[in-house]
Amino acid sequence: MSDTVSRDDVVVFVSTRKGAFILTNTGGSWSINGPHHLGQIIHHLVQDPRNRNNLLMAASTGHLGPTMFRSSDMGATWAEVPNPPAFAKSDDESARSVNHTFWLTPSNASEPGTWYGGTSPQALFRTEDGGDTWTEVSGFNDTAVEKGWIMGPGDGTPDGPKLHSILVDPRDASHLYVSMSSGGTFESTDRGATWAPLNKGVLALFNPDPDPEFGHDPHCVVQHPLNPDRLYQQNHCGIYRIDRPENRWTRIGESMPAEIGDIGFPIVMHPRDPDTVWVFPMDGTEVWPRVSIGGKPAAYRSTDAGATWERQDKGLPSEQGWFTVKRQSMASDGCDPVGLYFGTTSGEVWASTDEGASWTQIAAHLPHIYAVETGVKP
Amino acid sequence: MNRVLIASPLRSYTGGAAEVPGHGATVDEVVRNLDGEYPGIRFRMIDEQDRIRPHIKFAVGTTFVWSLDTPVEDGDDVHIIAALSGG
Repeated sequence: MSDTVSRDDVVVFVSTRKGAFILTNTGGSWSINGPHHLGQIIHHLVQDPRNRNNLLMAASTGHLGPTMFRSSDMGATWAEVPNPPAFAKSDDESARSVNHTFWLTPSNASEPGTWYGGTSPQALFRTEDGGDTWTEVSGFNDTAVEKGWIMGPGDGTPDGPKLHSILVDPRDASHLYVSMSSGGTFESTDRGATWAPLNKGVLALFNPDPDPEFGHDPHCVVQHPLNPDRLYQQNHCGIYRIDRPENRWTRIGESMPAEIGDIGFPIVMHPRDPDTVWVFPMDGTEVWPRVSIGGKPAAYRSTDAGATWERQDKGLPSEQGWFTVKRQSMASDGCDPVGLYFGTTSGEVWASTDEGASWTQIAAHLPHIYAVETGVKP
Repeated sequence: MNRVLIASPLRSYTGGAAEVPGHGATVDEVVRNLDGEYPGIRFRMIDEQDRIRPHIKFAVGTTFVWSLDTPVEDGDDVHIIAALSGG
């Protein structure tokens, strides 16, 4: 989203543990449309930038297996896809089955209809028909198992290990990155046929080998749309930047205030300035509470690619604010100045229309928020 | 012919019906035939490795069954039950 967007055209897609909500902005006032699929666990709801009427939604429920819904009218109506992501049938008793699709990424403009999905347990899937039929990206899935990049069901978040942060180079659809919690970040230059780890320079303090080739825990990895060689990473062990073709990440979180540290889930970029990035730190001490540090939530912004950071908390609770912002739950829009949005585990959506200088709550009392994405009205 | 009793989380597939007619010589056949009538319903209950999902149970008549190969006689009720779990 590199063109400037009118603020009245912004749409915010909120995925929660109990359904999805679509927030629209008219004249500075936000309205909530939904819930969509009340009671379903919505892991990710994403607009197709190649056709803005199209939405894709990854869902499951507490009782049932995973599925996916698509809409061709911006959520007015939904249809369940006939063939959601599923592993090939095997006679092996340990054969994997998809618990849920966690992450959705549309391919670039050169591949209309192509999307990627990241699942739990960790695997990569692709559709080339807008989401109706998904097939395994075997070049990743088979290699990840063979080489031990996937370490098993106990090695992930409380509801399972995730494949996430699927990035498609806007210049070249055959150039992909994926990340796994845990497992690390991996790159393909042949549309997923072969992959290589890309984790040098990233700490893995929980690993007996302090500098392994893989096994790291990236929480969220982003790629700048105008400078796709610039990637940022919020990791379990700090904040990092890389400028390809370098193959070593640089830790940029050490310049965060010592009392805050550089642990968190999301990381968000300015759509037009590759040097500007936001994070939302969380408490990663001792037993890892994963809440806002000291009960005082704040975003931190760097405008110099991570050399320095500034606190941005105006309007946010100044005390007793203990929410968590998950890895998919913070996003920027294409407006000028850039709008920012984050959703909390306590069902609040906060927005800034001045690049984080001040924040306003635009929704509350929603279910536990899993993901926040922005879009544009068709 | 059998009567298939549908757990509420699955009734979006049956147009809200709590029971629908079914047929098959095993639970597996009943479920596969159900999927022919209501596409997508099977995958929500049975995974791609043909394993019953953790929070789904089946009963034939009044007996819980744990295998999809369990025989079903003509006239048996087949219950699809969403386990009491969640929050």
